Amino acid sequence: MKTTTLDTDILILGGGAAGCYAALTLREKAPDANVLILEKADIRRSGCLAAGVNALNAYIVPGKTPDFYVDYAKKDAHGIVREDLLLSMSERLNEVTHRLEQLGLVILKDENGNYVTRGNRNVKINGENIKPLLAQAVRECENVTVMNRVNAVDYIVENGRIAGVFANDVREEKIYFIRCRACICATGGAAGLYRPNNPGFSRHKMWYPPFNTGAGYAMGIRAGAEMTTFEMRFIALRCKDTIAPTGTLAQGVGAKQVNAHGEIYEQKYGLTTSQRVYGTVMENREGRGPCYLRTKGITPEQADSLKKAYLNMAPSQTLKWLENGSSPDEENVEIEGTEPYIVGGHTASGYWVDSDRMTTIDGLFAAGDVAGGSPQKYVTGALAEGEIAAEAAAAYVQRPLGSVSEAYMQQRTEEVQKYFENTGLFTTEQLEEAMQGIMDHYAGGISTDYGFTESGLELADQKIQRLIQLSDSVHVSDMQELTRLFELRERLLVCRVVIAHLADRKETRWHCFAENLDHPQSDDSWLKYVNSRYENGEIHMLHRELVGRHERYEHSN
Amino acid sequence: MSIQIDRNKCIGCRRCADICPGTLFCMKDSRACMRYPEECWGCVSCVKECPVHAISLYLGADIGGMGSRMTVRRTGSLLHWTVARPDSTTETITVDTRDANKY
Repeated sequence: MKTTTLDTDILILGGGAAGCYAALTLREKAPDANVLILEKADIRRSGCLAAGVNALNAYIVPGKTPDFYVDYAKKDAHGIVREDLLLSMSERLNEVTHRLEQLGLVILKDENGNYVTRGNRNVKINGENIKPLLAQAVRECENVTVMNRVNAVDYIVENGRIAGVFANDVREEKIYFIRCRACICATGGAAGLYRPNNPGFSRHKMWYPPFNTGAGYAMGIRAGAEMTTFEMRFIALRCKDTIAPTGTLAQGVGAKQVNAHGEIYEQKYGLTTSQRVYGTVMENREGRGPCYLRTKGITPEQADSLKKAYLNMAPSQTLKWLENGSSPDEENVEIEGTEPYIVGGHTASGYWVDSDRMTTIDGLFAAGDVAGGSPQKYVTGALAEGEIAAEAAAAYVQRPLGSVSEAYMQQRTEEVQKYFENTGLFTTEQLEEAMQGIMDHYAGGISTDYGFTESGLELADQKIQRLIQLSDSVHVSDMQELTRLFELRERLLVCRVVIAHLADRKETRWHCFAENLDHPQSDDSWLKYVNSRYENGEIHMLHRELVGRHERYEHSN
Repeated sequence: MSIQIDRNKCIGCRRCADICPGTLFCMKDSRACMRYPEECWGCVSCVKECPVHAISLYLGADIGGMGSRMTVRRTGSLLHWTVARPDSTTETITVDTRDANKY
């Protein structure tokens, strides 16, 4: 095993939307600083935007204000948001959109040169190449180095401040110890915790990138960082089987949610994101399924445009239409809820951060899906957070470099060697399947219509802890297998925190997202944040009062 | 959800392996192959990247796939997406990357 030590001023973990934009910001705000991006895949097509995106869903349209966006996100999250974070994000949405256009993104404009909006918050684009455009801009930054196929495993923390990161090469027998002055975590959320819609061959045909395995969450949890709102899971309402987006149909051509009898049911349950999923679950449960988006009756021209739009973000849906010889103007599109994910870009799960997006670890910042408290980020919100975090991190370049001890490096090297020498019976894949089964059955997965009980959660935690023990003895034969084992271990730890959070919030504030069958009602005494810290193998829960829109929040205890 | 590689067309350039967000490819006898076919997300990055159009997307039978394959070819700003069905019929949709989505 080759060991490499590296130094950088600012280390960015993850070269997705938030990480790339943080790097672009540092090019301007800290041009003399060395910036290093560690990317588990290749930044040209990594993260959530690999296949593209068909609209920018977070934009302040003419006549609306950032406060309007904050109000929307707060309402959709039934009150559990950090309004200070949402406001500072919302104030930057349009500026980052213009920057994307300068980078080459195609945005639809009217004859007067104004963006054409879709509803109250969106602009229409051709986003097939959004990730290559961001990656190209990063490559042109002289002070930024990108290391592709390098997987961050753990923070190195020294007296409460970030000192560096331990990482492994995904393909070659190499491990890295990287010292830094500040670090921005932008590794994305966590997919693959629960049994997916199609657990067999198409197990990875999921809404969220299956390669986002919760690395940043797990690293923070292990380092004792405070985490927030992991009980607010995200469940997407998607086109059945292809798990392609439904917003294009609902917002683009105004398709309503209808049951098998053709009745529009969405008003019955409410129009927040969680209520739309819940309505679909209930219609199915009460014998009125399957459910659809009513596209029948749109014009053939609209149908053709939809087929093109899906090619720019989820080509499997267009393949399905063409393969079946069907078309959305002739046939409604069947919908279903996905398995739950933990993703702070859509709900509020993630690091507990101050107004500058610094975590409770000094010098460690979080942006994008790993940063909590600020849902409905979408692409532009992730970029805005990358910018905010980078501006704050730029102030840290004068700090001394962190240090990494010889003893630590030796211990981590031996640990990696041990996995190669292990002779355990079970494989990473078997334990992953077991984890997903436990989470599905006992912690509110698809099979229980997302509902859970406290007794079930207790069992889930015991069983997940057993899997963590079993994962200690998994054998790996190369670096790719080692990476997959690390990903499993990340997921298992994130599962434990999800379980602890689900058990702690004794109400059902969001149907489906946290369907607590022991406490089926919403209770406004729970209008507060459920936070946690992991110490010595135990998850400690704490509650915090809601932070106001115009407050400046700093960590104090 | 997965992709199929035509090993007769593959020239072993590794571009698919280098772009894949899941690091799912391996090289065997200087040709690309899928090490973890069931772990494909269906993002089609490899399909777009392959210089000889040796890679196609298909839907697994468990999600209703019926054996059609999709490939994409770029000419200038145009992306030509072609679906080839098992009965040998084909259908192509061309998207101009300079045009925004209408919806």
